[in-house]
Amino acid sequence: PVIRHILFLQPAVSVGNVGQLAIDLVISTLDMTKVGYFYTNCLVPMVGNNPYATAEENSTELSINAEVYSLPSKKLVVLQIRSPFIKNKYRPFCETLLSWVKSSECARVVLLSSSHAYQRDDEQLLGTPLRYLLTPDLEKAVGGRMQELNWKEMEKVAAYPGISDTDKVLHIPGGGITKLLFTESCSKGIQMAVLLKFCSEGDNIPDAFVLVNYLNEWLQLIKSEVNPSSQWKIPSSWRLLFGNGLPPALF
Amino acid sequence: MATFFGEVVVAPSRAGLDEEEEAREETPEDREIRRELEKKRYRQRCSGEIDVLWTWKSGGCGEEPLVCSRFIVAIGKNAAAFLSSFILDSVCWEVVGVVKLWNEWCRTSSTTNVLPTDSFCLFYRLISDPTVLLCQCSCYVAEDQQFQWLEKVFGSMQKKGLQVTILSTCPVADYKTQESTLTLASPFLKALKTKEFQDQVCCPLLEQPNIVRDLPAA
Repeated sequence: PVIRHILFLQPAVSVGNVGQLAIDLVISTLDMTKVGYFYTNCLVPMVGNNPYATAEENSTELSINAEVYSLPSKKLVVLQIRSPFIKNKYRPFCETLLSWVKSSECARVVLLSSSHAYQRDDEQLLGTPLRYLLTPDLEKAVGGRMQELNWKEMEKVAAYPGISDTDKVLHIPGGGITKLLFTESCSKGIQMAVLLKFCSEGDNIPDAFVLVNYLNEWLQLIKSEVNPSSQWKIPSSWRLLFGNGLPPALF
Repeated sequence: MATFFGEVVVAPSRAGLDEEEEAREETPEDREIRRELEKKRYRQRCSGEIDVLWTWKSGGCGEEPLVCSRFIVAIGKNAAAFLSSFILDSVCWEVVGVVKLWNEWCRTSSTTNVLPTDSFCLFYRLISDPTVLLCQCSCYVAEDQQFQWLEKVFGSMQKKGLQVTILSTCPVADYKTQESTLTLASPFLKALKTKEFQDQVCCPLLEQPNIVRDLPAA
């Protein structure tokens, strides 16, 4: 299909940081170029050297907590968020973000997220841990594709569990700003898709791979051959995720 | 726990927003505590939690900015002590400003006569070259105050070819490297620099996946 409009991809800071890890894989594999950053007081500040460095030469570019990357050939723009929200600042951030999305040429937003695995009900424990959500405006455009892919929509849960008569609401525990962004996008007429995975804290690299492959089933960012996981390039910053080497004196 | 580049872990849950907490009703005690904290935090008249008081300004905001060519900022008790021990003296440097703030971890006052064990945030100017500014910030600037600190401090300056040097310390235990930190010759220096910084850096650059956070990062 011809991509006419810009696709905006971003993570939610959520359980296991799965969305953010998946975004790291996208940026690293597609070798995306940094085109800007969000100067915001809503995220804890951090800075470091280039997390996607592949050699000495490109390792000294500074990187901060909210940066934007692009790949013009696929009309893809990606936001990476690298630190948690400062208390009470997540709402202003969402508002700013959505008004930026509306005012720029981004036709579609895809939000990668995750939700606490332990909060699943009996039915959700079976089958795929992956879910999607579409705002009404995007449902019209791509709802059919989700059916073809046999994807599962995120179930609504009873507002008061145990009482059968209540309204069903959307509940994304551990999803960070996911629910807020989604509900706001619904009311603002933004075409947004949420892709999320049920998971727990721990080594979330496999979760990130599962989520990014899920994304790829739909968007076909990379060729998914026999083993799609091997096509994604792990960034150099993922080294030492579990701490340093051991002191020899220990043995 | 798996982390990735730039992850700053503070809360028990890494989902930055705990939905249940936000939805839960505040108990009367919670409300009272929150109100008291807010009252203390927002006590400053002028513009919120942080006040930057410059000695050359007669009062309030809206006077000419300080012309600054070099700004050295020492953040944290170690860096502040370094400046006190090796750089600052009453002959060459004069106090030109102080930051007044309050948060749950520390409070600074507007006095410029401080003891090394106090929490303070002072600005000094080199008498022989008044465009050289130095800041000693031994107090902790909370997450939600860091941006304000930045805006207020840098907002008072006229940046003419400004070069900023930030001095800070981190525990060796936080340093991520292939070998164990036990065998590292510490203390050691690492640097981060912007593209625009053209001078020679006196030590190696900070390798991934190490990061800097809080006020030095801001």
